[in-house]
Amino acid sequence: MAQRTSLNRITPYMFVAPAALVMILALFYPISYMIWGSFRDWDPSQSLSETEFVGLANYAKLLVDPAFHASFWVTMIFAFTVVTVEMILGVGLALLLDRNIRGMSVLRTLFILPMMIAPVVVGLVWRYMYHQTYGTFNRFLESIGLEGVNWLGQNPLLSVIMADIWQWTPFIFILSLAALQSLPKSALEAARIDGATGWQQIIYIKLPLMMPVLIVTMLLRLIDAFKVLEVILVLTGGGPGLSTEILALRIARTAREFRELGEAAAMSNYLLMLLMVLTLGMFAFTRWQEARARRLKFAAQEEG
Amino acid sequence: MADKTYERQNPAYYALIGLLIFMSIGPVILLLANSFKLDVDIQSGVGGLLFMPTIRNYETALCDILWYEPEHLRFCTIRFGGAFINSIIIALVSTVLTLVFGCMAAYALVRFRFMGRDSLSLSTLAVRMIPPAVLLVPVFGLWNNAFCLDNDYGLGMWIRDTFGGRGDVCLAGTHSGIILIYVAMNLPFVIWILQSFIVQVPPSLEEAARVDGAGPFQTFFLVVLPLIKPGLAAASIFTFRIAWNEYLLASALADRDTMTVPILIVNNASEFDGLGTIMATGMLLAIPPILFTLFASRQIITGMTAGAVKG
Repeated sequence: MAQRTSLNRITPYMFVAPAALVMILALFYPISYMIWGSFRDWDPSQSLSETEFVGLANYAKLLVDPAFHASFWVTMIFAFTVVTVEMILGVGLALLLDRNIRGMSVLRTLFILPMMIAPVVVGLVWRYMYHQTYGTFNRFLESIGLEGVNWLGQNPLLSVIMADIWQWTPFIFILSLAALQSLPKSALEAARIDGATGWQQIIYIKLPLMMPVLIVTMLLRLIDAFKVLEVILVLTGGGPGLSTEILALRIARTAREFRELGEAAAMSNYLLMLLMVLTLGMFAFTRWQEARARRLKFAAQEEG
Repeated sequence: MADKTYERQNPAYYALIGLLIFMSIGPVILLLANSFKLDVDIQSGVGGLLFMPTIRNYETALCDILWYEPEHLRFCTIRFGGAFINSIIIALVSTVLTLVFGCMAAYALVRFRFMGRDSLSLSTLAVRMIPPAVLLVPVFGLWNNAFCLDNDYGLGMWIRDTFGGRGDVCLAGTHSGIILIYVAMNLPFVIWILQSFIVQVPPSLEEAARVDGAGPFQTFFLVVLPLIKPGLAAASIFTFRIAWNEYLLASALADRDTMTVPILIVNNASEFDGLGTIMATGMLLAIPPILFTLFASRQIITGMTAGAVKG
């Protein structure tokens, strides 16, 4: 019997052990290693213990580095533009297409295709479509009598943003559609009986009820937008100049081309801090949401 | 859904849907069409979808595993076959490992109360936001230095004395090294998504199994696992997709022999000629995800919505 209880006590740890071990070894240890390394003057050929401790020098250097500033703002502009446009398009399409039609599941299947394909391949196709002489866009423009645009040369950030919008609007569309379809039918029914127009239903009933899901979706997408790298790498390689060099790309270049691991680590930490704030915001929001739901339920029970 | 009454919509609605479908699959069709064209045809751009398809691009891409020698080729420069095999090994093994470890951990987090449970579940949630680029620096450093078996003592020395060779074995440049980081990277997401599926399994079923004399591991593998199959499908597709498509970390860790397909594409995409070949390579890389999408879209959508609705 005693053996039985001790077995019960260690059971959960046995279930958790493999996952915990892998995550400690390949996630938490590397992250702390990186934080430690960001305070050092670190060259890829050295092991970390041979390096010199330089305090906050790497961080300070980045704060006055114009290239880092440029890349920070490119990242911000990219992430917020992309998320704003995708939210508007995705939610708008969901509201428009939320009808009871045949073949909706086929439609959804086709829409998730862009998300599943490798970002590297997405970059490849879009680079072809943006090509100045034989690209699809310029051929189309020329066929309707307009002048071709130098997409990747003169409007690089716009081109990169368009490719991302193509790839990720369906994500928001599908999540908002799921949220729309799980709305309580009674509220919509009541509004319709009271004579609310389509727009009034959307503004006063659908959007407020969808809001919790929409905010979580937006934060998820925002966090992901900071991870985008491969599409931009293949499309422009960060250029021309620094015009599309987002932080993730700059980290990779600092580490591999400039061989400044300490600086790259400090940059990674800045990015990590930024994402940490966003994630904590998301946590706080869901917690608050749950608490509010519980309070409302409680109040409803009190009344009933 | 029993009430399948379809409403009739006005033509503008169908036109909009048609346009959206065209926009979302157009680039994929373009990739497919171009992969069957000669470079001259791609660049002159005549004919659109009317052209003589050729499999020459695929022959060039697959030249290292073809059983015959394509006559238009003198050298086999793109070694797609080898990279493809590496990609398959890495993606499959890391998917299986992530799934096994992930569902065990998710089960424990849902069903047992134990010390450290809250901190564990919080930290899995927190690390979901880590971008691969942030892992690049430490992984590059550790996999090349600290995670090597040293040739002066321990296991490394034993290997040197027994098998010869240099004795130091590093994780960088091996399949296991890449698999390790992929498993770690995907675990938080898989644990989190499976938790939402395991919660729905009625505890009374497990009670019944326990009364019948099943141990905790038997209960888990024989009772719980079959019930969360949809969750497992969703989780495995997402893990496979990331392991299959990932470029950055693989490019930092892989060497010539462990190169995966995305690295091959990026390395060759900058070259001036061979547009058709690189399109064919891209198409080959895109085939598995496309197949998943066509045959398991319901699971993918379930996984995606479970992700957002239950923050």
